[in-house]
Amino acid sequence: MSKIKNKCALFGMVGLLTSLLATPSWAELKVGLVLDSAGKDDKSFNSTAYDGMKRAEKELGIVAKTVEAPDPSSYETLQRAFADKKFDLIIAIGFLQLDAVKKNAARYPDQKFLLIDSDAQMPNVRSVMFEEQEGSYLVGALAAMHSKTGKIGFMGGMDVPLIRRFQLGYEAGAKKINPKIEILINYLGVTAEAWSNTPKAKELALAQYNRGADVIFVAAGNSGMGVFDAAEAQNKLAIGVDSNQDGIKPGHILTSMLKRGDEVVFDSIKLLKEGKLTPGLFRYGVKTKGVDYSVDSFNAKLVSADDRKKLEELRAGIISGKISVPDYYVIQKKK
Amino acid sequence: MSRWSAFQTSLLHPTVRSFIKSVLGSILGLILGLIICKFAGESPFHILKILYTSCFGSGYDFGMTLFCTAPLILTGLAVAIPLRAGLFNIGAEGQLTLGAIAVASSSVVWPSLTSHPALQWLAIPFAATLGFLAGGLWGAIPGVLKAKRGSHEVITTIMLNFIAAGISAYLAIYVLKDPESTQAQTVFLPEFFHLKPFTIFNGAPMGHLIWITLLGVVLFHLWITKSAWGYKLRAVGENELAAETYGISKQRSWMSSMFIGGGVAGLVGVVEVLGNSHRFKMGFSADYGFVGIAVALLARGNILGILPSAFLFGMLQKGSGSLDLETEKITRELSYLIQGLIILGVASEGLWEILSTHLKTRVLKGAKRKNG
Repeated sequence: MSKIKNKCALFGMVGLLTSLLATPSWAELKVGLVLDSAGKDDKSFNSTAYDGMKRAEKELGIVAKTVEAPDPSSYETLQRAFADKKFDLIIAIGFLQLDAVKKNAARYPDQKFLLIDSDAQMPNVRSVMFEEQEGSYLVGALAAMHSKTGKIGFMGGMDVPLIRRFQLGYEAGAKKINPKIEILINYLGVTAEAWSNTPKAKELALAQYNRGADVIFVAAGNSGMGVFDAAEAQNKLAIGVDSNQDGIKPGHILTSMLKRGDEVVFDSIKLLKEGKLTPGLFRYGVKTKGVDYSVDSFNAKLVSADDRKKLEELRAGIISGKISVPDYYVIQKKK
Repeated sequence: MSRWSAFQTSLLHPTVRSFIKSVLGSILGLILGLIICKFAGESPFHILKILYTSCFGSGYDFGMTLFCTAPLILTGLAVAIPLRAGLFNIGAEGQLTLGAIAVASSSVVWPSLTSHPALQWLAIPFAATLGFLAGGLWGAIPGVLKAKRGSHEVITTIMLNFIAAGISAYLAIYVLKDPESTQAQTVFLPEFFHLKPFTIFNGAPMGHLIWITLLGVVLFHLWITKSAWGYKLRAVGENELAAETYGISKQRSWMSSMFIGGGVAGLVGVVEVLGNSHRFKMGFSADYGFVGIAVALLARGNILGILPSAFLFGMLQKGSGSLDLETEKITRELSYLIQGLIILGVASEGLWEILSTHLKTRVLKGAKRKNG
């Protein structure tokens, strides 16, 4: 009897050991994504990150878990929860999570983090920033090429430095094409509501169109839908932001200033799988197409081959350094 | 009188009755929420377990729950105190925003603190006073408008919320801006402004402040229920005409209750700025000012009742992220749903009236039978 017991115990031990040894080789990578409070349906930046995560789950066979932070105090808690569950990589979206990532990266020095839209400067964090001003420069140039009235508009969400960065690049791009162009500027508000205030965005867009603007670039998260509605109602043009929004009102959205959060999330997870994910600050501009303008079946008729040729020349100019695009972050620090 | 009927009679006492209403309302809301979870395909027990672990699971979790609760206690007070004087303060969000930016500006307002180490023990009380005054003065504006001009406080407080957001954004971006950062936040406060958290909370930003908050609630309770000033407030709130007939100035009650309510809301800045981020960040508040309305309503304006009420909402706020994280199908919205259902449960006066009339007739019948 005791022999059998021993044998059982032995088998059990062997089984346990093999499973323990085997685990690392075929264990799936676990990646946690913490979205900021705008959530995965913001049809904008959080959406692109979520798309990248979905793609990685399908193509790379990882275990993916996404959470939407309900409020600013929960960033730290959610990241910690992933770290305690021993996730291989924690992805934090949005500059609002910077302080939480810094704290947690110090608390969990062996945990890998990816922070998008800000620079954590920690040895276990890969920080990714987009050169929004470069992409905005290109769409600003395109807007100026398509303006018959010599007036274009800009609509920002909340008046924060990030959106000023879009505005500054846009203005510079437009002035490159038409130095005399007039640019109407509106910001939607001073509270977080500015990212989801569709009716106000529509009213302000109508006002801008009535004042003679015929293209409006909107960088305001979900509020952008209001501008697209106004563009359709007035038969004018609008420019989308972050994700490809060309298909929302086909024929009225000239292009979208893409911020490829999806590519960054997907590439980082791929690098993680290959064991090549390194910490440090990585900047994505027009060179790596981390920011770009969109051309697809919805706007192919609007953006001619000539336009694209000019835009590619500008892109080459930015990459070679012949064109310097003003960066609000740099200007602001100098002040 | 038997013990049972004595118990039944005690249920008719208004404080006890409103307490029971609140508890039953919360339970009703929670049950409805759990039924919805069941339909969504998650076991209600699993949900309860997640909520429990998210609150008491570790020192950190409990500390974070308290960190979510403390601002709600303060904004609950900010709504409840004017409520006792008959005013509905929707402006706690604006008052706390200005309070927070005032607290964050204290190192700039009094720069010699940094150069004189002997004065540094004054830093925290000074910052707290600034926060209280900023919130209080912002709250006093609708109080004065109501007293002098008869402007409805609901309208003015809502409008002042937006103005406060605008002022704080301007200050954070242009005047007090942190030169090291590209974001809309103010300068980092020096070390001697920081409140030390308890080590037992393992990183959650909550320390002795929680005792001070609890003590504050008790003091406010005594002030409202025992002092002459508090009596005047309540008299105006119950019946302003009767109060005026007896020579109590309703104007003074309105202005003072709005000043104190606003000031208490301004102290949220102490919790957030001195305790947590050590600077003002735009959009730091998880709608504390608005959830504070729900906290005060669930407590039915009772000052001590704000403690359990704020804790319940703090727990749900802390738990909403965990629900998203630990389940496949439930998202953070469920927690908002439960909060809404609780308010609905407490607010469904008709239901409670039917229940209490039923109870009353039974008690009366019992008494009649005894006497007859």
